[in-house]
Amino acid sequence: MSNLFDLLVAGLATGAIYALVAVGFTLLWQTSQTINFAQGEFVMLPAFLMLAVMHVGAPFWLAIILGILLSMILLGLAFKMLLVDPMMRHGVLPLAIATMALAIGIKEAVKQFFSAEASPFPSIVPTGDISILGYAVSLQSIGVLAVAILAVFGLTTLLNRTSLGHQMQAAAQNPTVARIIGVPVERMILLTFLINAFLVALASLLITPIYLAKFSSGEVLGQAAFIAAIVGGFNQVRGAIAGGLLIGVLDNLAAAYVSTQYRAAVPMIFLIAVILFRPQGLLGRAEERTV
Amino acid sequence: MKSTLLVGALLTAITTTSAFAQAIKLADVAELSGGGATVGTNWKNGIDLAIEEINAKGGVLGRKLEVTHADSQSNPGVARAQVQKALDAEPYVLLGPGYSGSVKVTAPLAAEAGIAQIMGGEAAELTQAGNKFLFRTSFGQQSSMPKVAKYIHDDMKAKSVAVVWVNNDFGRGGRDVVTKELERLGSKVVADLSTEAGQADFAADVGKIKAANPDAVFVYLNEEESARILKELKRQGVTAPLMGETTLIGQKVIELAGDAANGARGHVGLTTDAPVDLIKGFRDRFSKKYNYVPDHNGLKGYLAVYMVKATTEKMGKVDSKAFADTLHGLTIKATEEPGILMDVTFDGNGDIDRQSFLVEVVEGKQVVKQVLPKLK
Repeated sequence: MSNLFDLLVAGLATGAIYALVAVGFTLLWQTSQTINFAQGEFVMLPAFLMLAVMHVGAPFWLAIILGILLSMILLGLAFKMLLVDPMMRHGVLPLAIATMALAIGIKEAVKQFFSAEASPFPSIVPTGDISILGYAVSLQSIGVLAVAILAVFGLTTLLNRTSLGHQMQAAAQNPTVARIIGVPVERMILLTFLINAFLVALASLLITPIYLAKFSSGEVLGQAAFIAAIVGGFNQVRGAIAGGLLIGVLDNLAAAYVSTQYRAAVPMIFLIAVILFRPQGLLGRAEERTV
Repeated sequence: MKSTLLVGALLTAITTTSAFAQAIKLADVAELSGGGATVGTNWKNGIDLAIEEINAKGGVLGRKLEVTHADSQSNPGVARAQVQKALDAEPYVLLGPGYSGSVKVTAPLAAEAGIAQIMGGEAAELTQAGNKFLFRTSFGQQSSMPKVAKYIHDDMKAKSVAVVWVNNDFGRGGRDVVTKELERLGSKVVADLSTEAGQADFAADVGKIKAANPDAVFVYLNEEESARILKELKRQGVTAPLMGETTLIGQKVIELAGDAANGARGHVGLTTDAPVDLIKGFRDRFSKKYNYVPDHNGLKGYLAVYMVKATTEKMGKVDSKAFADTLHGLTIKATEEPGILMDVTFDGNGDIDRQSFLVEVVEGKQVVKQVLPKLK
């Protein structure tokens, strides 16, 4: 029972990070029909940006702030202006392929400028245990879970309770009408790219102390978050959150109770089942396309 | 006048040829570039240092040693071509390569040529293929794992052990030997966990270890994964003592795992930090000559040359065909041949038995805690 509890907590902590990354997938899809296959590398890169800032002598807290700002400039602003905008007019598929190329480019660049070897990364949460319901739970798991929940709560509040959020939703749901009623659609789209960059930088900060900073660490994360977004519903933020948590827990339970070798297969099988029986995702909305 | 010149030229040629023939030719093929450059460069420098020392003292049986170095580029295909080229020059003994994969593809060539090959590879299977010309300079898994098992059983007093290993040839080889030895000694393997190379998340594996509640955990993973599991073990509050090999307590693992590496113990076959005067002397001479502290590959290269010296002096002649037969079953004592640094015995497969070291990570540093004696 204690083991199951540990697995659930660890799974939720990993799942919360998947959720942050998966939310980014849905945000970009909703506002600009961008499927970003470099999302995993977007999580890997901020850790290296923070390490680079620390390398020149800055303290960790400053490295976090500068790392997040740099990520928002590079992975938000520059990504949108230099890749998404020029490729968008060619359609969804060329853009998706361009993001795959970007993923390879980021990975190879990090390998070239840093090293192919892993580097340690400090944790924002101290090590140690606290007791919950009589079980010892690691502070790191709780910390990761708390930061991720806070970020998701902040995002949903922004989207549902503020005028800015309503404008973003309007821009996503019907850009033409939104423009007519005076919503600055382009600015709203840019804002979602910046929010995505902020979320991946946060995910990077939380996951890298556990996974270590390595050029290839985005591969696993990107794939898990993509599955999470589809399982939860690619067009719903709450779907992506649920999908992330579900995949995190499922992955851990599969590794413990099925087999380590087949742990990666279990979320895939689940994904196939969801696509077969509920293609819009567990919490997604069915979208009809006409020609 | 013409005939005098001719005789002079002939005499010079004869003298040069005889001086050349007197030198004992060794051929080295090592990882001098590519991913294994650190391994190969240390190995090469160790060889050069030993040859310089031996030649300064008059060589072997009065003959100087000479070595040619070739670069395998850390690539088994290139290693094979370089070894073939080296064997065509009929060396007395072949030294290297250091990578097990390169050794695997080159060993049949040396065996076919009947030339002894002294190499740096550590994979268990290398000396189990019945090759009578292949010799190690360090422990293979079949030599190191029994020592690890003995330490876990005798010193850690562990009645139950969790074994975590990486699912590849290296991991499976080590796991098979250590599990067999632990069972033989009476320590029960209560969790047998395979993990994947490159695995990032060890929460479930550590959860299983916690559930099994073992007296000790044996960790046999690559270095990055070792660091990740050490962090996860600490995160989940596993307090059972941790035991491993060089891959658990190496400097890179300590750097990656930080505090989580403290307390981890590992068996190390060769280390320049060993509390052995002859090894300290080697380390000083090496550092003085090359301006850096060697790793265990520098020791391996150095020992390879002294193995050649001791075996040849045992035979009393330079005979490449009889070399391998003589080295099988030979014990070389450091009191008689200080260059061998520690007493060593070679068995019929070319595997070695030698004392080794138990290292513990204390405050981020490797500390040699115990010298583990030879098995036999």
